[in-house]
Amino acid sequence: MTTNASPYIPNTDAERELMLAAIGVGSFDDLVHDVPAQHRFPELDLRPSLSEFELSTEIGALASRNVTPGEYACFLGAGAYRHYIPSVVKSVVARGEFLTSYTPYQPEVAQGTLQVGFEFQSMICEITGMEVANAGMYDGPTAFAEGALMACRVTRRQTIAVLDTVEIRNVSILDAYARHQGIEIVVIGHADDLPENAACLMFQSPNQFGGIEDMAALADKAHAAGALAVASVNPTSLGMFRTPGECDVDIVAAEGQALGVPLSFGGPYVGLFACKDAHKRQMPGRIIGRTTDTKGRAGYALTLQTREQHIRRERATSNICTSTALIGLLMTTYLAVIGKAGFRKVAELCYHKAHYAASEIDRLPGYSVATDGPFFHEFLVECPRPPAEINRVLLNREIIGGHDLSDRTTNGMLICVTETNTRAEIDALVSALAEIGASN
Amino acid sequence: MRAPVTGEIDRRLLNERSVPGRVGLQLQELDVPEQPLPEAGLLRAKEAHLPEVSQPEVVRYFTTLSQMNFSIDTNFYPLGSCTMKYNPKVNEEMAFLPGMAGIHPHQPDETVQGALQLIWELQEDLGELTGLPGVSLGPLAGAQGEYSGLMIARAYFDERGDSARTVALMPDSAHGTNPASAAMAGLEVVTVPSDSEGNVDVDALRGLVDERTCVFMLTLPSTLGLFEPNILEITNIIHEAGGLVYADGANLNALLGIVKLGDLGFDIAHSNLHKTFSTPHGGGGPGAGPVLVSDALAPFLPTPVVTREGDAYRLGAPGKTVGRVNGFHGSFGVLVRAYAYIRAMGPDGMREVSENAIINANYIRTALSDEFGIAADRVCMHECVLSPTAQKARGVSALDISKRLIDYGIHPPTMYFPLIVPEAIMVEPTETETKDTLDRFIAVMRQIGAEIDSDPDLLHDAPHDTPNTRLDEASAARNPYLRWQPDEDLTAAD
Repeated sequence: MTTNASPYIPNTDAERELMLAAIGVGSFDDLVHDVPAQHRFPELDLRPSLSEFELSTEIGALASRNVTPGEYACFLGAGAYRHYIPSVVKSVVARGEFLTSYTPYQPEVAQGTLQVGFEFQSMICEITGMEVANAGMYDGPTAFAEGALMACRVTRRQTIAVLDTVEIRNVSILDAYARHQGIEIVVIGHADDLPENAACLMFQSPNQFGGIEDMAALADKAHAAGALAVASVNPTSLGMFRTPGECDVDIVAAEGQALGVPLSFGGPYVGLFACKDAHKRQMPGRIIGRTTDTKGRAGYALTLQTREQHIRRERATSNICTSTALIGLLMTTYLAVIGKAGFRKVAELCYHKAHYAASEIDRLPGYSVATDGPFFHEFLVECPRPPAEINRVLLNREIIGGHDLSDRTTNGMLICVTETNTRAEIDALVSALAEIGASN
Repeated sequence: MRAPVTGEIDRRLLNERSVPGRVGLQLQELDVPEQPLPEAGLLRAKEAHLPEVSQPEVVRYFTTLSQMNFSIDTNFYPLGSCTMKYNPKVNEEMAFLPGMAGIHPHQPDETVQGALQLIWELQEDLGELTGLPGVSLGPLAGAQGEYSGLMIARAYFDERGDSARTVALMPDSAHGTNPASAAMAGLEVVTVPSDSEGNVDVDALRGLVDERTCVFMLTLPSTLGLFEPNILEITNIIHEAGGLVYADGANLNALLGIVKLGDLGFDIAHSNLHKTFSTPHGGGGPGAGPVLVSDALAPFLPTPVVTREGDAYRLGAPGKTVGRVNGFHGSFGVLVRAYAYIRAMGPDGMREVSENAIINANYIRTALSDEFGIAADRVCMHECVLSPTAQKARGVSALDISKRLIDYGIHPPTMYFPLIVPEAIMVEPTETETKDTLDRFIAVMRQIGAEIDSDPDLLHDAPHDTPNTRLDEASAARNPYLRWQPDEDLTAAD
């Protein structure tokens, strides 16, 4: 037996001896005699333990080897967005009663988590204009894929049509999710090419080039073919732009990260998932409902659980066993703090700053804004040189440039501007791009 | 007895507290010239009905809600199969360092070398702890790790031209995600019975394997908290039939420094970082569910995998990758916490975890099995499953006993799982609880045992002092009430 030394493990060696005596064994080894002797107690080639001071120093040093947006101006988006996160959000999420609680299967001791989840579902319905929402998925792209699988269940069809303006990451995840279910995925260039047996038409707005799609027209085309319309949207854009609900979309997925969640190198995020009321019993994931207790008081509990894997096992609507509740809490607190007016204003700040940046860049010799039609806070720029080269120069000026889309369009760079980008940052980007263009 | 909060609680939702014109945050003014708006038809017609509340109201609202929760920071959670251990505070601080929480997933590799090094080191550490050296930290939770593992198995057999292997075997005590993930991977689920000791029935298993066997999915220790004594024979049976063996790593907390999965013949596993590696459960996520495989299967791992070339770290996709299962590079914030945990523990600390978890569980088993019954009357690993059928005969259920624990400030154990144990109460104390806490839990259980005869309604009506007593879950499912709506929308809908 090892000697107890970790501050996370309280019992002393003397207490453990008392416990072993109470159990009725002579030593710890007697408790693991079922483990094959030749493989028992292997040596672990791990580095020795660190004190808390040494640990903080080591991880602090790793963190300092990263270039951090905020210290550098950052114009990256493409699925993850830098927005201001109010202090209240960070303070609420640090509360141990939220952070260290379990899934609310026991509703009497989880009303905090459950009521937050009910607020979360209500807020998603409000911002998307949809009728029902679940309590959260892993992230936006997996929620989008689950939306397509749900459309197959609802329509009993096995073909998924994806518009080719959907981001490539979303399509690869869809492929991974649908691969073994006898489902065919068809990528189409136009909604008119929708196969007649399609379960759904999947589209993304803003799309991979930042363009706002005509969701109402796309939903109409889907419905005309007996298919469902499944949309991925940017929730921040809904502070200004037409909602999927207003466009008669059937199933909506969104990446919730933009609403109060740190970038954190891509996760953890939260997937938002909403649909029409008629389809709610086919939804994946956890759902929270309001009900009453034995004394007639209102309270909340997980509901419609017979859809889920812990009850339905191999016939469940999904294998998911999380709602990413803590990230949902971040989003709920964020929307509570910025409120009705702030939700609109953040969108407007993003819109005007992005359009200012786009008009300045479009004026530069060699650069042109190539997003088709209206956009929100991201736009495609065709550059005079490969974006990777441009970004290397920008980095020397403490600017993290846009997302390199040269694999999809020649010298294409997707530039994102949010409310966190000051005019000084935008102007510095524009003048740097001008110099880089001129030195061509 | 204790309640999380006392007195009358204002349960109104945020929108029911709203006053038009109230704001919770001052936003900056626009610092660029205003730009032309898009045509009106593109704009939303109806404004989102979000709360209008001030900042002090927001803080008090959420703080009060938090106080209606049990949590590891405030309560003992003997929750079997969930490994509710202490979540070190320093790990939270590390995950929120600006250089970790602030970095963008599309940044070029050369600007995120610290993050990539951390991922690489964690891949190495988890490979060492499990004896399965191929690691992808991409999967966002255990169920996604399972699905990734099964995709790997299918890709492996496809490549060998052995595509007829479409059966996933699993014991009748398996977690619900196992069959759900297998179904998603297009596999037929075939259940293997347990023997009277609670072990996999080896003869039955032998009769079920054939040329259609793709994987055998086994939780080790089992969901009964038992180490499979015939494990080497079991992995051998599967391998001889040409199949692969999958370890559901939900119970890995019992095995650190005790035995490596790879040494036992497992080919694939997932690990729940939010269990064994102390990252917080967060009220139901986010977790992380890395998938771990043998060298032979490593080329099939999902993207991304971080590689090291000299001193440079790089994000990449293995040669025959099954693809991408989530948006970016996994639950990075969770990975930072798990890395910090392993670094703080070191090799001896890791073994200390499992030793103490096993001693604590056996201490409870020894104290309570006579009175409350036990699913398998032998030494357990990190958890034990009580089976209070005698109490059931006296008029109280596992549910009543568990709900009564709440009145004593203890979170209910996992109940009615595994499905093969009548009135199952699954107790996993973890290594981070003191002997005092375990002694109190034992005393409370005995007290509850006495209450069954003295005042059974204390159990039937439990819990008593929580913000809500038992909730009507049947009517919640019959008439789903899933969101708040403004009065005008409700009227319009009528």
